Amino acid sequence: MNSEKSDREPLFSLKNRKLITNPLSKDNPITVQVLGICSALAVTAKLEPAFVMSISVIAVLAIANVIIALLRNTIPPRIRIIVQLIVIASLVILVDQVLKAFAYDVSKQLSVFVGLIITNCIIMGRLEAFAMGNKPWPAFLDGVGNAFGYAWILIVVAFFRELLGSGTIWGYPIIENLGFYNWGYKDNGFMILPPMALIVVGIIIWIQRYRNKDLIEDK
Amino acid sequence: MYSNRYIFIYSSVMVIIVAAILSTAAMVLKPFQEKNVRTAKIIDILTSVNIESEKSNAEDLYSKHIIMEGVINPKGEIISIYKNNKFEKGDIRAFEINLKEEQQKEKEFKAGKIKEQPNYPLFICNKNGETFYIIPLLGKGLWGPIWGNIALKSDLNTVIGVTFAHKSETPGLGAEIDKKPFQVQFEGRQIFDNNGNFTSIKVVKGGVDMLPEKDRIHGVDAITGGTITSTGVSEMLKDCLENYIPYIKKSINN
Repeated sequence: MNSEKSDREPLFSLKNRKLITNPLSKDNPITVQVLGICSALAVTAKLEPAFVMSISVIAVLAIANVIIALLRNTIPPRIRIIVQLIVIASLVILVDQVLKAFAYDVSKQLSVFVGLIITNCIIMGRLEAFAMGNKPWPAFLDGVGNAFGYAWILIVVAFFRELLGSGTIWGYPIIENLGFYNWGYKDNGFMILPPMALIVVGIIIWIQRYRNKDLIEDK
Repeated sequence: MYSNRYIFIYSSVMVIIVAAILSTAAMVLKPFQEKNVRTAKIIDILTSVNIESEKSNAEDLYSKHIIMEGVINPKGEIISIYKNNKFEKGDIRAFEINLKEEQQKEKEFKAGKIKEQPNYPLFICNKNGETFYIIPLLGKGLWGPIWGNIALKSDLNTVIGVTFAHKSETPGLGAEIDKKPFQVQFEGRQIFDNNGNFTSIKVVKGGVDMLPEKDRIHGVDAITGGTITSTGVSEMLKDCLENYIPYIKKSINN
């Protein structure tokens, strides 16, 4: 019994913790792997949709990773991509239906982008690269980690775009209440358009690489 | 390694399980979703007469302010009246009418293919003693359907407010039709000229200043970069309002 116990890895071993912390910074799906950019540009004009999108991706990726990890030994390799797609697609449809029922306004704002979680490369990427070869628990951690890595970038980008573009934070008119408009300050309408999301993501990548020199490629 | 048989059985079982899960979820969640759609429709109708409402009070405000739901046929006769939660005439509720089906019927009716007349919904609203007429709209934008409501004053000519919504117009361009700055332009515009001819309201590319002085009251500025959506709004207003002309003429002459 004892030997069997010591063989088992503790739930939060260093290796398992790395699965969560790596995607947050040095292996971030958006800023380092540059995946999932499309939705990062599309849903970050306001904080609320970005937040809901993040929650949705966290749910889909974590659950899909666990399901695929559970099924990994039964999935015939020839149809594995189809199996992964079906798992993702069903989860996304579930998320979409739940949003339509309980968060109708947000689901209208997110419109097609919830459906497009299916095509988010981060999810397929993690299923294929990690969940197909690992046990459910590490797969779950990996899914949560990567989804959080995606989520925090989305939230940061949305924070700046909403603050500078609409002068609000989560719909609260902070700039107006601080009285900036009286001093001649104007919202920058350009921040609302998708190109600015790219620039904000670019700035995050810049700061990240400045602080973590390992990420800079050799010339 | 895996036989074809295994693969076939595997995929069939998986598809059946997934189908079962999804259809159960769809059935369980449907009542909630329908309620949301209904509330959104009510909020839209109320917004066109500038009544602010929220999810929580939409139903109450609706029954307070919308004093009658009427259904009109192409001849301008009222064929159905729904008041105070009961029918006074006919058995069609304007609120339940699906504009898309009616427009299809209209096309076939005009072509002489079917005998059944299309029904046009009309909402009559009482706000602080004033009567307003709300007409729902449905048309085509650039990428998908656009819809909305237009509210007329009791002269059935002057616009008091509009709402527009769209499924998938380009953000920042065509999608601007659902924003306030575009919609407030319609306030005070008129759909008939002084001689009583129907002019509709045109969304004018280049701005209303392009029009001769006397036509400016029948036009609003289009959206830069959203030409096709703007044209779509013009067409939608013309096509939908046209159907109410017989009714409006009758009401005014009485």
